[in-house]
Amino acid sequence: MAHRASAARTATITLVGWLAGFVVFFPILWMVLTSFKTELDAFSMPPKFLLFKWTTENYAVVQERSNYLAHVWNSIAIAFGSVLVSMLIAIPAAWAMAFAPTERTRGTLLWMLSTKMMPPVGVLVPIYLIYRDLGLLDTRVGLIALLCLGDLPIVIWMLYTYFKEIPMGILEASRMDGIGPVREVVFVLAPMALPGIASTILLNVILAWNEAFWTLNLTTSKAAPLTAFIASYSSPEGLFWAKLSAASTLAIAPILVLGWLSQRQLVRGLTFGAVK
Amino acid sequence: MGSIRLEGVRKAFGSTTVIPGVDLDIEDGTFVVFVGPSGCGKSTLLRLIAGLEDVSGGRIIIDGRDVANLPAAKRGLSMVFQSYALYPHMTVRSNIGFGLKMAGRPRDEVKRKVDAVSEVLNLAVYLDRKPGELSGGQRQRVAIGRAIVREPKAFLFDEPLSNLDAALRVQMRLEIARLQKSLATTTVYVTHDQVEAMTLADKIVVLNAGRVEQVGAPLELYANPANLFVAGFIGSPRMNFVSGDLAAPFGAATIGIRPEHILVSRDGDGWRGTVTAAEHLGSDTFLYIDAPQTDGITARAVGELGLKPGDNVRLAPDPARTHRFDAQGRALHR
Repeated sequence: MAHRASAARTATITLVGWLAGFVVFFPILWMVLTSFKTELDAFSMPPKFLLFKWTTENYAVVQERSNYLAHVWNSIAIAFGSVLVSMLIAIPAAWAMAFAPTERTRGTLLWMLSTKMMPPVGVLVPIYLIYRDLGLLDTRVGLIALLCLGDLPIVIWMLYTYFKEIPMGILEASRMDGIGPVREVVFVLAPMALPGIASTILLNVILAWNEAFWTLNLTTSKAAPLTAFIASYSSPEGLFWAKLSAASTLAIAPILVLGWLSQRQLVRGLTFGAVK
Repeated sequence: MGSIRLEGVRKAFGSTTVIPGVDLDIEDGTFVVFVGPSGCGKSTLLRLIAGLEDVSGGRIIIDGRDVANLPAAKRGLSMVFQSYALYPHMTVRSNIGFGLKMAGRPRDEVKRKVDAVSEVLNLAVYLDRKPGELSGGQRQRVAIGRAIVREPKAFLFDEPLSNLDAALRVQMRLEIARLQKSLATTTVYVTHDQVEAMTLADKIVVLNAGRVEQVGAPLELYANPANLFVAGFIGSPRMNFVSGDLAAPFGAATIGIRPEHILVSRDGDGWRGTVTAAEHLGSDTFLYIDAPQTDGITARAVGELGLKPGDNVRLAPDPARTHRFDAQGRALHR
């Protein structure tokens, strides 16, 4: 009796889980489907789900009209570039705060986080003007610098939480083993910190890849990443849903694959601090 | 070689003084146990010796050299932690040999020593496992192996057995005692468990609120506690304390009688009392007795007594083994 009840319960939960998953995934599925429709089918009412004339012409048009690979390259450069530069700054910072905290550590951390509470649009004009004067508009370097600074609070927080989870006892044990500070970092701390560093990089690459506000406002062509590539399909000449969908599918494909391959690290990254 | 001498060692965290000043001599090769209630500063004192905390004042002299300002890594001591603190990313073999490897010892020497230690600790079959694949007792053994393989001047143990279950604790306690005797290395062992202290120590240091209450051999502390605190802390069940009119005939403010030094009889001489509870352990019986002018008396009787709750009894303390204390709680000479 109880056994049957719990089986029914499990089935219900599974069903609800799949339903929720499907709802969340539906927009992406719809986008992928639309990218294989003709522009006419993409607009049709009622919408056509699977029974339409499948075509790949949108992809051909998209590739013809704009250089997809150039945008991919810009996205890669900006996303990985900004995350790597911010890691160079964040690892020592988080390290110091986790292992040698002072009275001000907590305040510093909160202050850093507070900078993320300001809407970016509030500083758009000043930053635009500064970038114009420095000649950084539409450059990869300019975007890397900006996204790196924007990422830093999150990156430092994530790393700090990971480093905090490394038990102090193990560091003390290595000291009792006669190991000096440099080798302690290299042989004891680094191997234990590596998974945390990896998921921080991963999550922030994805955030940077998807960042649309600054990339759209500060680039036009030369440094335009995939976000700008998508946006170029919602143009004043009218919306081309099928082509927009094809462009979007192409834009999210690389990061989707990356995310799929690194699911476990990502989940750990997304719930950071939540589980001990 | 490993004699340790503390001279006026002080420790304060901010404005809170944890250890107001400790002087202590630990001779080479002895097994010294720091014991006291939680928060008494015993772990802090151990960490000061280890170098994991900086002293606020005083000197720590190891083999004639003041090490108070040396980092932990350079003091030549090794430590076993309560949490084991093994390197999670290394195999048992690497965990044990890590210190030697980092000290630049030749590879074959490291292997030989790790093999020898793992033989002694019955770890040979686990050498290629990671700490996560071991049980608590095995992890503790690895931690001990890591400590002894470096042949340190002294071992420091910080409540090493408190994460183990009762049976394993007894077994590991015996192993640690045996190991220390065979290596004859100076050992400082911190515990809150007075049974561990009594069974392991050559010398017990009883700490309370950062102060040394008494230093001595286990049986010396049992037989001649210097004050009420030590009298109450050493021995299980706890010593009975009786003050006031009942203590006056003994010429003391308070008298202390251990449960095993009270004769309980149905009729005879002594204080009157009523049994409130009886615990029958087979070998012993613990009796909890309500007696006027006391906070209750615990008595221990050998074997099985036919006493039940509610029975009226007479309590006769053994005068030769009654401890006398003055109003300040200091022991009076008998």
